[in-house]
Amino acid sequence: MNCAECEILLHALIDGELDAGHAREVEVHVATCAGCAEKLEAFRNMRITMAGAGLKETAPARLRSRIEGALPASTARVIAPRQFSRPSRRSFFGGFAAGSVLSAAVAASLVLTAVRNDRDQTTAGEVVSAHIRSLQAGHLMDVETSDQHTVKPWFDGRVDVAPPVIDLTAQGFTLLGGRLDYIDGEAVASVVYQRRKHVINLFVAQRLGTERATVTTTTVQGYSVCHWSDKGLDFWAVSDLDADELREFVQKISAALHPAGPS
Amino acid sequence: MAGDANEEREKAQRFRDAALPYLDDVFTLARYLMRNAADADDAAQECYLRAWRHFDSYRGPAMKPWLLTILRNVCNAEFARRGRQESPMDFAEEESAAEVLPMWQEPQTSPEIVLLRQQDSDTIRKLVTALPQPFREAIVLREMNDLSYHEMAEVAGVPVGTVMSRLARARSMLRAAWNVAEGSTP
Repeated sequence: MNCAECEILLHALIDGELDAGHAREVEVHVATCAGCAEKLEAFRNMRITMAGAGLKETAPARLRSRIEGALPASTARVIAPRQFSRPSRRSFFGGFAAGSVLSAAVAASLVLTAVRNDRDQTTAGEVVSAHIRSLQAGHLMDVETSDQHTVKPWFDGRVDVAPPVIDLTAQGFTLLGGRLDYIDGEAVASVVYQRRKHVINLFVAQRLGTERATVTTTTVQGYSVCHWSDKGLDFWAVSDLDADELREFVQKISAALHPAGPS
Repeated sequence: MAGDANEEREKAQRFRDAALPYLDDVFTLARYLMRNAADADDAAQECYLRAWRHFDSYRGPAMKPWLLTILRNVCNAEFARRGRQESPMDFAEEESAAEVLPMWQEPQTSPEIVLLRQQDSDTIRKLVTALPQPFREAIVLREMNDLSYHEMAEVAGVPVGTVMSRLARARSMLRAAWNVAEGSTP
């Protein structure tokens, strides 16, 4: 191998793109050529420095919402927050009217329950999607710190709620940081925790699904999802932890929100 | 009708899950190709609109290079429309240092310049932004978008051999500019 060939191939070596045979040839050449050895070292350092410099840009939030807004509304969008889904209500009423067994009042309460469940299922799906996206994209945190006093002010001006940020490290749930996320085109706060290797996204928004005084737990695509409302906020916790452990997390958050009384 | 609308919404959800995780990657490449933030915004948005329109025909293999290929086409179309005039770069707004550096000299090979000292991110951004195309693109696709050589070839529409020689050239240019910048900072 001559220096001209080596100059090209040493980059492939640095980038891990070279097969073993060629890698060996480059190494043999570099062992006897000071010029190429120096280049290999310099480019390797350059690559490490660049990798550590955080050069990847973060897309502005307004760009993300513009793109979200240009897409057809997702299933949850049609069922507007805190309103009832018209098509499903009509079809339910149709069914009950045909039977005409139940009184209107009983029918209405049943319909309400059915519609609420339907809507929460949709929102649960959206929340799980957001959770999966956060893990895929290498973009779990916008603000990365275990200090709750750093995470909380970070959300100021980014979302229209002040999400409670509670450090549960002592109780086995490590606070990793916070992230701005979009569910159904709306900005929501996500506070990110970790238990062992499992990530928990705690989504907090003013209106996200049905208001629930008690915690409801479901499983969507194998992820545990807990939803409840407290202090005028909707909370959705998502994780691949099993449901019992996620409920334990929720209890600790609730307890911290109400330090005086029982949760 | 309702079925169609539902299908459309499900498709939109699939698209969101598949494509939106790469928005930062798309925006990063757009930032370096267009060389300013406002144009990068527009290019990234146009890229996602086109991707959405062609999502039906998307068969893989990987979402990230597919999106970056579209983005690259969007940027090239925009340059063609403007008559090949690139926008002024705004990474270098605060300081004009990066623009006046002699970028294209051959790399210095004196053995004492072996170690590159830590440069701050802003300086590196300016140096990369000042590289001419297609070397700028090669650096961004490799170092920031983290693509394999094969994916880079796909995005740039050139053989892998060309990717390798461009990347070698790009890194040599960057290293030369880097050394000059080192020398000029006290």
